[in-house]
Amino acid sequence: MKNSSQSRLPLYAFVVFTFAMWALPAEAHLNTTGMGPFYDGLMHFLMSPEDIVPVLALALLAGLRGASYGRRALFTLPVAWLLGGLAGLSSMTAQPHPFVAAAWFLLLGGLLAADAKVSLRMTTALAALVGLYHGYLNGIGMGQFDTAAVVLLGLVFAIFVLIALAAAFVVRLRANWARIAVRVAGSWIAASGLLMLGWAVRKG
Amino acid sequence: MNMRRYSPLARAMALAVFVFLCAQMAFAHPQKGEAVGFLTGFRHPISGLDHVLAMVAVGLWGAQLGAPAIWVLPVAFPMVMAFGGMLGLMGVPLPGTEYGIALSAILLGAAVLFEIRPPLGVAAALVGFFAIFHGHAHGTELPAGQSALLYSMGFVIATGCLHALGIGIGTVHRWGWGQRLVRVAGGLVVIGGSFFMWKAVA
Repeated sequence: MKNSSQSRLPLYAFVVFTFAMWALPAEAHLNTTGMGPFYDGLMHFLMSPEDIVPVLALALLAGLRGASYGRRALFTLPVAWLLGGLAGLSSMTAQPHPFVAAAWFLLLGGLLAADAKVSLRMTTALAALVGLYHGYLNGIGMGQFDTAAVVLLGLVFAIFVLIALAAAFVVRLRANWARIAVRVAGSWIAASGLLMLGWAVRKG
Repeated sequence: MNMRRYSPLARAMALAVFVFLCAQMAFAHPQKGEAVGFLTGFRHPISGLDHVLAMVAVGLWGAQLGAPAIWVLPVAFPMVMAFGGMLGLMGVPLPGTEYGIALSAILLGAAVLFEIRPPLGVAAALVGFFAIFHGHAHGTELPAGQSALLYSMGFVIATGCLHALGIGIGTVHRWGWGQRLVRVAGGLVVIGGSFFMWKAVA
């Protein structure tokens, strides 16, 4: 059973890579898809790499640490995202800071690459902070409260599914090379964070 | 239709063909779609042969040295290269970048050619040192008006793929003829590096 699940990994990786290469125009704004606010929120998350990558990094980190960490991230992050989004809805204005986005990439990618032995409490705190920060930024970019709340629900649903899939995928990995591949992904995320930091400084 | 008759690979290939046949509109200009940033970034490291030689050599050397170098070196290179890229983006000058890039291909190729086996720390330090030159050159050449995030991700992923290519070639190292083949590949990298050094000096 173990061997058969391991042998499917390259297949899954191939399929994911194929879809990743199938680039579509980013239709991340609510008036363009016409699918309704719930699906607009869902699609907004799926088409926003600045949101997806930290969530993915956190899910992979939690998955590497074990099932209990994965479960904690699974419930903490979406709830924090929802709370941050609701707080953002009642705020007037704020700008996402490129340095903070780069710092999230660096921190989460670095922890993942190092396979850091973070405690359950630390994982919870990281999930809460990521959720509150990104949720807040999502919230301030939305319109009227009644529609935006449904958009937020769609967004949070997508986050929940992504964490569940990614963390569960990593939790069941036993082969050493597969766990190293996850850590290599972390190093790529951290390296992207370093470059984003350079971009942020260049733009001033 | 009984799908059990087909192997998972055949099913995946059929899916890939289906996906690629679903032709989409070409959003070829930077302002039209963010994916342009990803593809531009992905293309950047593979557009220069001097970079390609050094990155493949890192993978070859890692494959020769075996675990843990086989994954430590390809992790160290993109991280330090990104640091060099950050310095380039910030406008921090680094003298002799072209010489450093050419020298990296020569020395890393020589390490593969002669199958040099230094301690892991020394190998990682050597790879990291030269990665700064590669990253700095990329950082100073980055075009304006792209999506910073997607460009950076494409850039790093392409670098990782080049290392993976080197590791993939290096897997033949387990056989006697494969060991000779990897060393020949190292020799070719040395020749390529020498050519770029000659161009830089001339």
